[in-house]
Amino acid sequence: MIRTLLAVTALCCTMPALAKTITVEAGADAQERLQEALILAEPGDIVELGAGTFALTDGLSLDVDNVTVRGAGMDKSILSFAGQLGAGEGLLVTSDDVVLRDFAVEDSKGDGIKSKGADRIVYHAIRVEWTGGPKATNGAYGIYPVEGSDILVQDSVVRGASDAGIYVGQSKNIIVRRNTAIENVAGIEIENSFDAEVTENLVTENTGGILVFDLPNLPQMGGHNVLVARNAIINNNTDNFAPEGNIVASVPAGTGVMVMANRNVQVVENAMINNGTTNVMVVAYTQSFDDANYDPTPRDVYIADNVYGRAGFAPDFDGGEQLAAAFGGALPAIVYDGLGTGLIVNDAVAILNLGLTKVGQSPTEAKPTLDTERGAGEAVALSPIVLPASMEAALK
Amino acid sequence: MRTFLAAITLCVAGFAVSAAPTKPIAPVSDAVIMAAGMPKKLSEYGFFTDAAGWTPNKGVKLYRLNSALFTDYAEKYRYIYIPAGQQAVADGDGRLQFPVGSALIKSFGYKIDGEDRLLETRVLLHRADGWIALPYVWNAEQTEATLKVSGTRIPVRFTDPSGNARDISYAVPNKNQCKECHSLSNAVVPIGPKMRNLTHDTLDMLLSNAMLEQPGRDHPPIPDFANAAMPLESRARAYLDINCAHCHNREGSASNSGLFLTYEEESPVHLGVGKRPVAAGRGSGGFAFAIAPGEPDQSIMMHRLKSLEPGVAMPEVGRSLVHEEGAALLSEWIEQMEKK
Repeated sequence: MIRTLLAVTALCCTMPALAKTITVEAGADAQERLQEALILAEPGDIVELGAGTFALTDGLSLDVDNVTVRGAGMDKSILSFAGQLGAGEGLLVTSDDVVLRDFAVEDSKGDGIKSKGADRIVYHAIRVEWTGGPKATNGAYGIYPVEGSDILVQDSVVRGASDAGIYVGQSKNIIVRRNTAIENVAGIEIENSFDAEVTENLVTENTGGILVFDLPNLPQMGGHNVLVARNAIINNNTDNFAPEGNIVASVPAGTGVMVMANRNVQVVENAMINNGTTNVMVVAYTQSFDDANYDPTPRDVYIADNVYGRAGFAPDFDGGEQLAAAFGGALPAIVYDGLGTGLIVNDAVAILNLGLTKVGQSPTEAKPTLDTERGAGEAVALSPIVLPASMEAALK
Repeated sequence: MRTFLAAITLCVAGFAVSAAPTKPIAPVSDAVIMAAGMPKKLSEYGFFTDAAGWTPNKGVKLYRLNSALFTDYAEKYRYIYIPAGQQAVADGDGRLQFPVGSALIKSFGYKIDGEDRLLETRVLLHRADGWIALPYVWNAEQTEATLKVSGTRIPVRFTDPSGNARDISYAVPNKNQCKECHSLSNAVVPIGPKMRNLTHDTLDMLLSNAMLEQPGRDHPPIPDFANAAMPLESRARAYLDINCAHCHNREGSASNSGLFLTYEEESPVHLGVGKRPVAAGRGSGGFAFAIAPGEPDQSIMMHRLKSLEPGVAMPEVGRSLVHEEGAALLSEWIEQMEKK
């Protein structure tokens, strides 16, 4: 009877249940207390992390929609996974409308924070760091949204990832804005994704700065519509420390921006300075593959209005040194393998065209030439990425 | 051994009840299974008639799988409960569709100092809004199991099938980790009860108790991967199916990997043959392919199966030991593939 009455009352009441804040402090049993809070949270709740270091023994996960996990600041609330015994990442998010902000994940054994199939996710002012600096034994990805729609990564810092600091894979509608990626193999990587903006980031001391890739044999392929704009891509000359076998292990140290097997990519208004192999590389996927639905070539890449500093002074690939010598001691600011279609460069810089004619062709068959201008013209404008208002509001 | 005892106990349960008419045993509580919320104690459901969780209640049936997931050599005891008068139905793929109100119960334990002990019991409850997975941890006295949504770790010392003493930190999964494996298109589903993976005896039992609708077609069984008399290929594929494919399928938690290890998968590259890693990181071990045909020692799959390091080890959850027998089987399978 009372039950029924309560149920009816609840039905009549149009106000949503009051969201609550669940505070979790660092200290003993942090693993169980924090994991329990993440499980028992209800939509609308905030899980608030106190200041201090949470010593965790296993991966954490969140599977409740519309939950905010908020710390006291990326240098104050620290989730340390140095003693992690299991799980493939530090924190895993599998629910929608989640906001992660103002905390750090340190020394996770696998990836730092992974969100899978998590739509409308916000990573704001997060730090993911392997505190020992660049090492092959560090986890692969720092901030790792995959298979999601509407992704915002902003004002975050990632250091030491043995693959990519910020990696967005097989996703749609993406903004990666105003982050710092330092001492990772790849600073920021957009892979097999559609409609992305990578803007106003500081990307420095990585092996490669910003990568826009597409790979075969994956559920989502055909990466396209990626804007790389107004980034500072500086001094990315760290020796490649990725474990062999991974695609980023083939990225030469000293690469500013690398576009591989993607369509409709714009590299504009960036400052690219002191990248030893080259500032921009536009290439096809060169490894063998068995996938009839995969296009390995770069198409419709537009490069304009960038500021170019020194580059190409230490090319990190076989024959690079001789090639540099042939061009007066340094490779040009842009290196293009000659494959694919529709490359437009509107900047007054030299382009090294390797003159390859087939995907997978040996570089020894290259017929390098120096282009001084390339298909001057305008690219098809990319539509600005618009995220749901709730996501931008979460940044406030 | 305990399974055998449990089965015997089941047979004599009727006698026990009639012998002690003063204290009738309450049936399984359909209300507790169905109600929203998370019951704190395993005993609230009434799945077992004894406090120690060995004797299944009326309607709770022990079942067995042809091939089972490796969980650090733990003994597992699986039970199905279907509300009275209802039936499970096999869908087109042979996956059992259970009526709302059903429960799957799985206890994990070891023989410790000569005594069978339970560590945890996981329940999958089929409620009106879908399945929910909950882990319960047994107390030291073995008299009650208590809900532990956050999971926990339990130090265990036991002797493995080869006679080696093992000291492990046994991981009880948290509620989300239950879902990571039991997830299909982001909804919780059972893994084991598929027509092809239920033993002949189990199918007979379910049919004779009218707990399963007579299936419309044959579902050829997968073998017990440990049965050396069966063909290597099907044993290896059975092993991958039950140990890996709950995540590594097109709708599972590892869908983004492109590595799909279901028994039905036909594409060699999606099975891993000549497939390059995507997001493996140091999990690649420096190798180029998930499976390098003819070269198990060059295959990422073997590297990850044999690793105990978090971030490298596969499966990611529920394993702190190498399954030597499983690794040997897959190694043999890859070894005999023609080198490319």
